[in-house]
Amino acid sequence: MTTAMTGPEFMTADAPTPALLVAEDLVKRFGPTEALRGASVSIQSGEIVAIMGPSGSGKSTLLHCLAGILLSDSGTALFAGRDLRRMSEKERSRLRLSEFGFVFQHGQLVPDLPGEENVALPLLLRGENRRKAIDTAREWLHALDVVEAIGKLPGELSGGQAQRVALARAFAIQPRVIFADEPTGSLDSLSGEAVMELLTAAARDQGTTVIIVTHDARVAAYANREVVVRDGRVTAGMAL
Amino acid sequence: MNVPLALLGLLTVADLHGYDLKQLCDRLLSPGRPVKQGQVYATLHRLERDGNIAVVAVEQEEGPERRRYALTERGRAEVSGWLATPEPAAPHLQSALYAKVIVALLAGFAVDQLIDAQRAAHLWRMRELTATRRSGSLPEVLLADYALFHLEADIRWLDMTAARIAQLEQQVETGLGASGLSRSTTRERMQP
Repeated sequence: MTTAMTGPEFMTADAPTPALLVAEDLVKRFGPTEALRGASVSIQSGEIVAIMGPSGSGKSTLLHCLAGILLSDSGTALFAGRDLRRMSEKERSRLRLSEFGFVFQHGQLVPDLPGEENVALPLLLRGENRRKAIDTAREWLHALDVVEAIGKLPGELSGGQAQRVALARAFAIQPRVIFADEPTGSLDSLSGEAVMELLTAAARDQGTTVIIVTHDARVAAYANREVVVRDGRVTAGMAL
Repeated sequence: MNVPLALLGLLTVADLHGYDLKQLCDRLLSPGRPVKQGQVYATLHRLERDGNIAVVAVEQEEGPERRRYALTERGRAEVSGWLATPEPAAPHLQSALYAKVIVALLAGFAVDQLIDAQRAAHLWRMRELTATRRSGSLPEVLLADYALFHLEADIRWLDMTAARIAQLEQQVETGLGASGLSRSTTRERMQP
């Protein structure tokens, strides 16, 4: 990947638009283990990118560094030209609440809240009016074809339904980026494919950038392109 | 397995007789499914005619004469081009991919790059099939599913192979040793 600093954002040398997310030479250690060893990747706005690689290769760590959940020990992680490592924790939290949506392998829904309140939660956390938040939540549950979850607790939903609620929650804040870590990992093939269809269709419709960590090639095939992480480095597909 | 390219690939290790090529081919590239002797000699004849290999020595101790073959520049370029070009992604590529990985190891070609390029080609095809699933009729969807599952299996195999390159390299050395060859006989390593 070739990058050059031009003003506040990195520009890729062969693309006129600035990359939305850039990782440059990220190193991240957990005790004696070096999870990232100089990982670099550049992602344009609106792209759907799959991060692939064997277990322990560092692909989830890369995702978490790009999302500002983890801070790298060295290197640079930029979102829209802003260095995540130089932000305060408060700024990063605000960013995660307003610009980023998250979907994990196990939906990680709040077990005591019905579907609509789970989806409305991030909107309420950022201070939106309750009525409006619930309306938005219902719209998204409709859009993701899981209207039956509106009044049900997560424990009453199937894995596929729960994951659709998680998608609705991620999209409800109208994020610029959705980070999905093995989003179909706990689902059977058909449910997993339905979730991927909904995720990618909604992202294309909204112009949302999506970064999906997966070891499953059939999931990666829903992305526009893939990057491969091996031994803590991106070995293929660093940039378009 | 593409026998002409397999033989050219083996000749990246050393100049070899037809008999040695068959033995190496059976041991390293096509274990359990020996290539017919006649096919090896007919292929060598065609490769020589096309300028991909040349006879560098004719030896006769007892029995028929033995011709020792060497890769020409043209043949080396053929191998290099083959290794650098991913196989068209389709189901049932097992023997082709396997032979290619082993030849890449023998030729000193970067196997991880070969695997990355093949994975990218597979995923490209999988994206096309995924799009077909979206808009196709049920029979088309089922056929796309079949191809997707096979391509996915190939990718899993490629990933497993990538994780075992060092081990595999060791096994290939052993296989060469059993044929009285070693990497020291390699004249020139092939660069991607």
